Amino acid sequence: MPNALRVHLAGTFAFLYLPIVVLMVLSLNKAGLPTAWGGISFEWYGKLFANDKVLSAARNSFVVALFATLISTVIGTMLAFGVVRARPSATRDALLFAPMIIPDIVLAIALLSFFTLIKFKLGLHSIVLAHVVFNIAFVCAVVRARLQSFDWSLVEVSRDLGASAPTTFLRITFPLVLPSIIAAALLAFTLSIDEFIIAYFTAGAGQSSTTLPMQIYAMIRFGVTPEINAVATIVMGVSFVLVFLSQRLNREAEA
Amino acid sequence: MAPGVLWLLGLMVVPCLLIFLLAFFERGTYGGIDWNAPTLENLKRAADPLYLTIFWDSARIALLATILALLIGYPAAYAISKAQEKHQTALLFLAMLPFWTNYLIRTYAWIVLLNPAGLINTQLMYLGLVKEPLPLLYNEFAVVLGLVYNYTPFVILAVFSSLQRMDPSLPEASRDLGAGAWTTFYRITLPLTAAGVAAGAAFVFVLSIGNFITPDLLGGGKLQMVGNLIYDQFLTARDWPFGATLSGLLIAIMMILLFAQAVAANRAGGRHA
Amino acid sequence: MFKSIRTMTAAFAFGLLATVSTALADKVVVSNWDGYMPKDMAEKFKAATGLDLEVAVHATNEEIMGKVTASGGEGFDVLFVSSPFAEALNKLQLLTPIDPAKIPNLKNLYPEATQLQHDPGNTFSVPYAWGTTGLCYRSDVVKTEPTSWNDLLTPADDIKGKTTMLATDRWLMAAGFLAGGMSVNTADQASLDKVRDQLIATKKTLLAYDDTTFYSKLVSGEAALVHAWDGWCNYGIAENDKIKYVVPKEGSDLWVDTMVITKAAKNPDGAAKFIDFVLSADNGKWVVENIMYKTPNKAGMDAIDKSMLEKYPNMAIAPADLLKYEQLRDLGDGMKAFSKTVSEIMAAK
Repeated sequence: MPNALRVHLAGTFAFLYLPIVVLMVLSLNKAGLPTAWGGISFEWYGKLFANDKVLSAARNSFVVALFATLISTVIGTMLAFGVVRARPSATRDALLFAPMIIPDIVLAIALLSFFTLIKFKLGLHSIVLAHVVFNIAFVCAVVRARLQSFDWSLVEVSRDLGASAPTTFLRITFPLVLPSIIAAALLAFTLSIDEFIIAYFTAGAGQSSTTLPMQIYAMIRFGVTPEINAVATIVMGVSFVLVFLSQRLNREAEA
Repeated sequence: MAPGVLWLLGLMVVPCLLIFLLAFFERGTYGGIDWNAPTLENLKRAADPLYLTIFWDSARIALLATILALLIGYPAAYAISKAQEKHQTALLFLAMLPFWTNYLIRTYAWIVLLNPAGLINTQLMYLGLVKEPLPLLYNEFAVVLGLVYNYTPFVILAVFSSLQRMDPSLPEASRDLGAGAWTTFYRITLPLTAAGVAAGAAFVFVLSIGNFITPDLLGGGKLQMVGNLIYDQFLTARDWPFGATLSGLLIAIMMILLFAQAVAANRAGGRHA
Repeated sequence: MFKSIRTMTAAFAFGLLATVSTALADKVVVSNWDGYMPKDMAEKFKAATGLDLEVAVHATNEEIMGKVTASGGEGFDVLFVSSPFAEALNKLQLLTPIDPAKIPNLKNLYPEATQLQHDPGNTFSVPYAWGTTGLCYRSDVVKTEPTSWNDLLTPADDIKGKTTMLATDRWLMAAGFLAGGMSVNTADQASLDKVRDQLIATKKTLLAYDDTTFYSKLVSGEAALVHAWDGWCNYGIAENDKIKYVVPKEGSDLWVDTMVITKAAKNPDGAAKFIDFVLSADNGKWVVENIMYKTPNKAGMDAIDKSMLEKYPNMAIAPADLLKYEQLRDLGDGMKAFSKTVSEIMAAK
């Protein structure tokens, strides 16, 4: 990789992680508010682990994001494949863009009103259903971008050589498109785990349906305490560990 | 294609139509809906220059954020695509990881950084580069910075996706035939990644224009963007009909822009036979 | 990969079941601001009444209003909302009337708290906390102590760029109305335009609009004079005793946070028991000592540590004096013009 690119990448990462480093440091602040530094202390992490509300909200967020990502990645990828091979259709394209451009408060209120109308019981599952709506659009867009430059002749050749459609898909198409699908899934997960307004409106009443953004938005009334920064640090830490482990497992599986 | 289309029809189109229907009714006295009198009053109200100015300013800021995010994100995605394959997924994860924290918390961290007494200003003054703290916060600069920060990774993912399988022999051939690095990039690589660039740009623009937290916090509430406006109508004024009208207009404008982008992307990308 | 999908589907189904089963237990579901009630409220409530308590959080009145308007309040028994919103919910017929027979602790309230402008007789709402809105400032930084809303609206040169105003529409405009000697519930176009012009001029001198961190801006020195609710100013006073609070001479509004029972409540009796429990002297005392707000709960106010009244003078204001101030009322049809005026101010450069 040419040096200029390397430098740019490093610089970009520095930019992305700058506030993260700040919040990690602040989570160790003995003083309660970010306005003054009171020395290093882990007491806020202690408080955090005793804080049931935050822990259960974090768990809920992970569950919702996981399911929303799974469902939307599958459906979105299928959509992308279907769309790229079908005849172009402006209406269909509009339908696929719409979830991205409808303001989230509109989607939130629309879904809650709709669920109320059909007397659909709310809970964490209703959040998942809602999140899949906008995630499908993003996943489809990302995978579609990949498929625009996909060499379909490879598929034809495979079929010509006698492989069945499923085999061709699994052994030829899928591996080639996989990195994009992973990118799309990452995008969907990120969108879901940090999403507040749609989650707030479509959640069931009560703590069992509260997600982390909902909890944090409510907590921030009293300022950004080190405890809140600790939450962010831990969420990142856990994610990092999970990702690291899954990379490890993948590598072993491939070996 | 069917499951996706059905999901969107059932859980997006239908519920949203119910809301857009409200645009043709009036707000009830206490915030409900007055079903008795269908009206076009909301559309007339929306034609006020106030709202058009807000739309225009939001579009301007979103566009600025989009351009900057592309300038940062495209080369970053390119760099990742040039890295060893086994590192690529890890690099993508690392790029997304900061965004698994919480939007509010990250924004507050920026407030700590950009404050007149914050880290950036104190460092600049310490190094003697400036005499007085720079106004980095509660203004348009901070808002654009916040938007670029939060949405650059989406550009990285989208562009990476389209760079991913660009046939490496094409730029190679171009270099072999004597074209310079920039020409190769401009005439071969960029057009082939047009779809990714278009998708990334759309993400940033769309997410920026509807954003309300960043203008609220980093802008000190002094900038009113479309996101704030629509939230206000639905939640503060409890005027769903007018909120529906404004959203409807916003969506119509965005649809036109996105169509333009799709056409441009198709023409630039061409078809890779 | 498929194995993990199976496990996850099982977890999902289990999660669904869990949601259903919690619905069957005898409980009361409440939506409140975070940290607004004691952390051990659920345990104490269960011990006193045998009922489970489930608490959902909302960050602002506007959010919970949006949610309740869209869903009819489905799933919630009790909501904590500020008085103009309680009024609106009542007009929208989304509330269950308060039955005094089920809430004997209503006797703990000050007589004034039973004659509130928005709900005389507490027919649909029960007050939880109340106070004033005024000016919070660093007495060691400002040259002269502020006494009028105009000290904020047209600040002295040395504090230009070091002031903030509340971002919530009703309170933002209230400052302008009061400065002009008008009612905080004004909605006629001429007055709206006058206040709009003043507030647009003020905007040029502001550091920011801020609803939640204005007191920490005072503590850090970023700001010298801010628009504040009295209870929030107390958070600043707790950190820096040079911070003071004053109700401007033109007056303030009386804000009241109330509890209401939704019409869709699955457990209206439980809801009443909850409100009764909250009105106990202990809980009233907790509100004052922990959130540093005044409470209309006389039994609670009488029980507090008297030194708090010295440290936070704004707590000592007598209920009779509080009632001299106007409460914010729902604006009804006036909301449309009001909302446009606020948009004009927020969009002004």
